[in-house]
Amino acid sequence: MKRLSVAFLSLCLAAPAVLAQKKYDAGTSDTEIRIGNTNPYSGPASAYGAIGKSIAAYFRMVNEQGGINGRKLNFITYDDGYSPPRTVEMVRKLVEQDQVLFVFQTLGTPSNTAIHKYMNAKKVPQLFVATGATKWNDPKHFPWTMGWQPNYQTEGHVYARHILQTKPDAKIAILYQNDDYGKDYVKGLKDGLGAKAKSLIVAEASYEVSEPTVDSQIVQLQSSGANVFFNVTTPKFAAQAIRKAYDIGWKPVQYLNNVSTSVGSVLTPAGLEKSVGLITTAYYKDPTDKRWDNDPAVTKWREFMKKYHPDGNVNDGFNMYGYSVAATLVQVLKQCGNNLTHENVMRQAASLKDFRVDTLLPGIVINTSKDDYAPIEAVQLQRFNGKQWELFGDVISTEK
Amino acid sequence: MDAFLFQVLAGLATGGIYASLALALVMIYQATHHVNFAQGEMAMFTTYIAWSLMDAGLPYWPTFLLTLMVAFLLGVAIERLVIRPVEHAPVLAVVVVFIALLVILNSVTGWIYTYTLKPFPSPFPEEPLWGIRYMSPHEIGAIGITLLVLVALYLFFRFTPLGLAMRAAAQNPQSARLVGIRVGWMLALGWGLAAGIGAVAGMMVAPIVYLDPNMMGGVLLYAFAAALVGGIDNPWGAVLGGFLVGVLENLLGAFVIGNELKLSVALVIIVGVLLVRPSGLFGTVHVTRV
Repeated sequence: MKRLSVAFLSLCLAAPAVLAQKKYDAGTSDTEIRIGNTNPYSGPASAYGAIGKSIAAYFRMVNEQGGINGRKLNFITYDDGYSPPRTVEMVRKLVEQDQVLFVFQTLGTPSNTAIHKYMNAKKVPQLFVATGATKWNDPKHFPWTMGWQPNYQTEGHVYARHILQTKPDAKIAILYQNDDYGKDYVKGLKDGLGAKAKSLIVAEASYEVSEPTVDSQIVQLQSSGANVFFNVTTPKFAAQAIRKAYDIGWKPVQYLNNVSTSVGSVLTPAGLEKSVGLITTAYYKDPTDKRWDNDPAVTKWREFMKKYHPDGNVNDGFNMYGYSVAATLVQVLKQCGNNLTHENVMRQAASLKDFRVDTLLPGIVINTSKDDYAPIEAVQLQRFNGKQWELFGDVISTEK
Repeated sequence: MDAFLFQVLAGLATGGIYASLALALVMIYQATHHVNFAQGEMAMFTTYIAWSLMDAGLPYWPTFLLTLMVAFLLGVAIERLVIRPVEHAPVLAVVVVFIALLVILNSVTGWIYTYTLKPFPSPFPEEPLWGIRYMSPHEIGAIGITLLVLVALYLFFRFTPLGLAMRAAAQNPQSARLVGIRVGWMLALGWGLAAGIGAVAGMMVAPIVYLDPNMMGGVLLYAFAAALVGGIDNPWGAVLGGFLVGVLENLLGAFVIGNELKLSVALVIIVGVLLVRPSGLFGTVHVTRV
């Protein structure tokens, strides 16, 4: 009896100490971390759905290997069809009904814009969003939102630097989609060119996504006499622009934004021989690139695909993307330890130091701080040789 | 000056796209007095059928003919199964049915074929013709095909008994029925023909804008503008309207108002025509005695 009461007493004393160590917000317990997500599994952008599926597969692997600090990841992902109103509906459901600890990799610039204020008002992290817009790096006004991939302005900067180095007498023509995404790229390029922007850029033309073709714009840009063409377009228009420029005999140096580098759905429709010489950027290892055939990270990724995501296409770079971003999140959650609050998730996401994901290109590391919400800020240039992209030059970082 | 000429040529090329779809719109309007909002998606869907046939190894021209037949049957089937039940419903109900068709065809296609962009072959040579770099041989060929369809339609409606019966059924169903024309089947036939013309339009447009489930979205709007400018009941007018809209849009976009307002040109044309001259440039003015 006496022994029992001692045991009871010690239990009472010990309990508060344990509670003090472990801190939980909604969606977490000793056995679970609940993570929310929206992805376009249907609709016009459903090619991106591969990302959500590969992330789910990655978490299945983590759970099978014991989870994170003993907790299983519960990934709740909904289809928003790339429609912002549906994103809002789904994200509210995730936060208010499913009680997730945070949302992760919600996809699309318009979709994330629609929930941007809501997440920050609710003080629930909107972590590593799947879009390259620059506005996600604004910790002062939106401390609960963070991007992941190199943003469009960073990429524009890199092109500007390359133009200044290789073609100081460039006459630049720009074609861009008339929205946040297109303007972000143009701003990046102009900032990168600095004071020379005014004299080097000779023509700018925009298009709306509802237009059947961009032929008229290409003809317009060609007649400006430009010898450098900066192509800021989504896949369909990218293919049209590349083909039209070739067909009318315009042969500038062409920079193509990272959004439309798919060989299968952009360069093949445009014509592979018409795409020779295009320059763009990369930051993760392309699974179709022969140079990575014996790379340990890519081999590991192939095994992962085989075991946990057998339906996924091993030639689809989006599966590599999903894998890499999921690995980054796992690092953040490991750093969180037993303190699983909204605040600590954000604090840990903002204190990644030289973190390396092995599926990113060699030399690219992730750094964040409370003033720097841009995880990947380095890319490498690559050129199309008629068959595949070929990396050249060094990794270029724009980290300050 | 060169820039001006090039814009005109590029405008004619896109105008050809608008013209071919406008023709299908006019066809269905002539046969049924409805404006079919699903016309673009029907054309897109049949183009996917053509793509499947070619993917299975069939050469271009047999595929072309086979697709026309499939499209014709599809058009007839849609009229029989979907449109006929709402024959006597108010106009608004019919519009709702058309829009439902549009959404259904779009998502079913996406579901079957995915939303990834696909290249679509052209029957015309790749090398520029007569040194004209600003219109690809395909674009020139597509305009030729549209004109051919136009002539064939004219001959059909003007000189064949069936064409006459169809015109009669559309213009005066009661009297047509009294002289023994099966009005219901004439309407179905009209749908079949329009779907066939749409299939031609789809196969001509796809090599230019690439094949994806949303390829006709933007085109349809311009085709409406084209059909209205020319007169919604006049095939010649619709084709001319297509070229007019294509060239006008390019010239205004490049030299006057800027690219941001190009789409507005189409909308202003639609509203303008309806306000000022609802029958279009070449349409017949209807006078009804009350």
